[in-house]
Amino acid sequence: MADMIEIRWHGRGGQGTVTAAKVLADACLSSGRHVQAFPEYGPERAGAPLRAYNRISSKELRMHCPVLNPQVVSIVDATLLDSINVADGATKDAIFVVNTSKDPKEIRAKLKAEASQKVFTIDATKIAIDCIGRALPNAPMLGAICKATSIVTLDNLLEDVRKSFGKKFAQKIIDGNLEATKRGYGEVKEG
Amino acid sequence: MAKVVAVTGNEAVAYALKQVNPDVSAAYPITPATDIMQRFTSYVSNGQVKTEMVLAESEHSAMSGCIGASAAGGRVMTATSSQGMALMWEELFIASGSRLPIVMALVNRALSAPLNIHGDHSDGMGARDCGWIQLWSENAQEAYDNTIQAFRIAEHMDIRLPAMVCLDGFIISHSIERMEYIDDDAVKNFVGEFKALNPLLDIEHPVSYGPLILTDYYMEYRKAHAEVMSKVSKVVLDAAKEFEKISGRKYGLFETYRLDDAEIGLVILNSAAGTSKDVIDSFREKGIKAGLLKPRLFRPFPYEEIGNALKNLKAVCVLDRADAFGGSYGPLFIDIAASLYPHKNGPVLMNKIYGLGGRDYLPGHAELVLNELVDIAKTGKVKMIKEYIGVRE
Repeated sequence: MADMIEIRWHGRGGQGTVTAAKVLADACLSSGRHVQAFPEYGPERAGAPLRAYNRISSKELRMHCPVLNPQVVSIVDATLLDSINVADGATKDAIFVVNTSKDPKEIRAKLKAEASQKVFTIDATKIAIDCIGRALPNAPMLGAICKATSIVTLDNLLEDVRKSFGKKFAQKIIDGNLEATKRGYGEVKEG
Repeated sequence: MAKVVAVTGNEAVAYALKQVNPDVSAAYPITPATDIMQRFTSYVSNGQVKTEMVLAESEHSAMSGCIGASAAGGRVMTATSSQGMALMWEELFIASGSRLPIVMALVNRALSAPLNIHGDHSDGMGARDCGWIQLWSENAQEAYDNTIQAFRIAEHMDIRLPAMVCLDGFIISHSIERMEYIDDDAVKNFVGEFKALNPLLDIEHPVSYGPLILTDYYMEYRKAHAEVMSKVSKVVLDAAKEFEKISGRKYGLFETYRLDDAEIGLVILNSAAGTSKDVIDSFREKGIKAGLLKPRLFRPFPYEEIGNALKNLKAVCVLDRADAFGGSYGPLFIDIAASLYPHKNGPVLMNKIYGLGGRDYLPGHAELVLNELVDIAKTGKVKMIKEYIGVRE
């Protein structure tokens, strides 16, 4: 991948999207890389559409503004596909990772993705309900992004999921999130 | 060994304060203040610092508490933002006039009305003439480094002035970035033991703070303040030299970026300087001699040094993230123009107001400004000296 990777997250308040961006940044700290993770702040309300961003680079990151041309677009809530243009500004070789039970080909058509862009789907909400008992799709989304982009190894990612959930949650929740991350990695589909 | 972390600007500043472990802090840790003090109070609750924490009923009381504790003879710090800083206003002058070396993190946020707490320099600029030292920071690393150095500078026996460390609201304060923490011991040794000067608690040697001084001596008192301000630059540079030994990072009164042979240049504070540097690189790749100057020590303003650094350019744009309403130009522009005043053949200047209330400053804005500077450098003519950019007409 390029020297710098820029990621844009689309989610809704309360889904753990901002946490996901933070965990990814932490996981990418490995191998001496520079990272940024930041949400777009507005009135924070559960269910409201939100964006968050990551930059990951081998060089010092000096840019301090939203990502305009993401190489990776992570859509944590597929209902957003109907209300906002998630493909806005995405690069020609952008990778889309969408949380949906639908077929990746159907999503590719809906996104009007170009042939040079890749589209992946993952039923992250179902995995989260299976593993954690709640519709918090961030862990399986991270697993899927890890597989789709190779920006971080699964081991590094799992270690960081363990670390960041370990601060707040019981072992059962941590194990559930680790399992969800692994399933996200294993079950992501390209189309 | 330095520790590499990915943290927000607020976490970084709170961590620096934890490492310094001040004697007393008084704060009002509710919005518009950021989570710096919330994080610090956790350190207090968890017994990780020995600081006496006073949670005041307002920012005015928070600064009053800091003043009392500092005059009593303690190492003191606090943090604030926006309207909170505004409520401290009269106390800011009492802290500096009483020569109390309080360190305060100021997360730069917009002022009401209308209500907005996003990145904006109006709070810090409003306090620029209140007799405090001001250090401005581009990113989380600089905010952390400046916080540590601020103690050393403020508490220096030749100075004894309060210092504020400024960082951009949200853009830096709430965004996660990679940075390095210095070892606890290295920080502790760098700031050293606090030396009290004329402490109120030294009852063997009673002193008065804030007495009435009428027309007979007030002006001499103010002149002494102005004179001590003139010594700050040297102390800042000395502290930077020592700091480099423990961090490997160089600091000056300001940072120049590709400025030595530049013909056109930007002058810009804090986080937007980083974004601008990337754009300057792309102009350099096109063969355009562009550079940048980012002030760090904004108060006292190093007029002579900055004037010398900019005097040979053809055209310079000063970008302000605050306006001085009813004044001629933005606050940074006014100081840059003053620093170039002695140089008759200095650059043509223009002033852009950007990013108020957290409006994004994008690479496209820097490109627009640099392209305009290319034209000005050729013709020597400016269309509009002061203009708002990134704004609806």
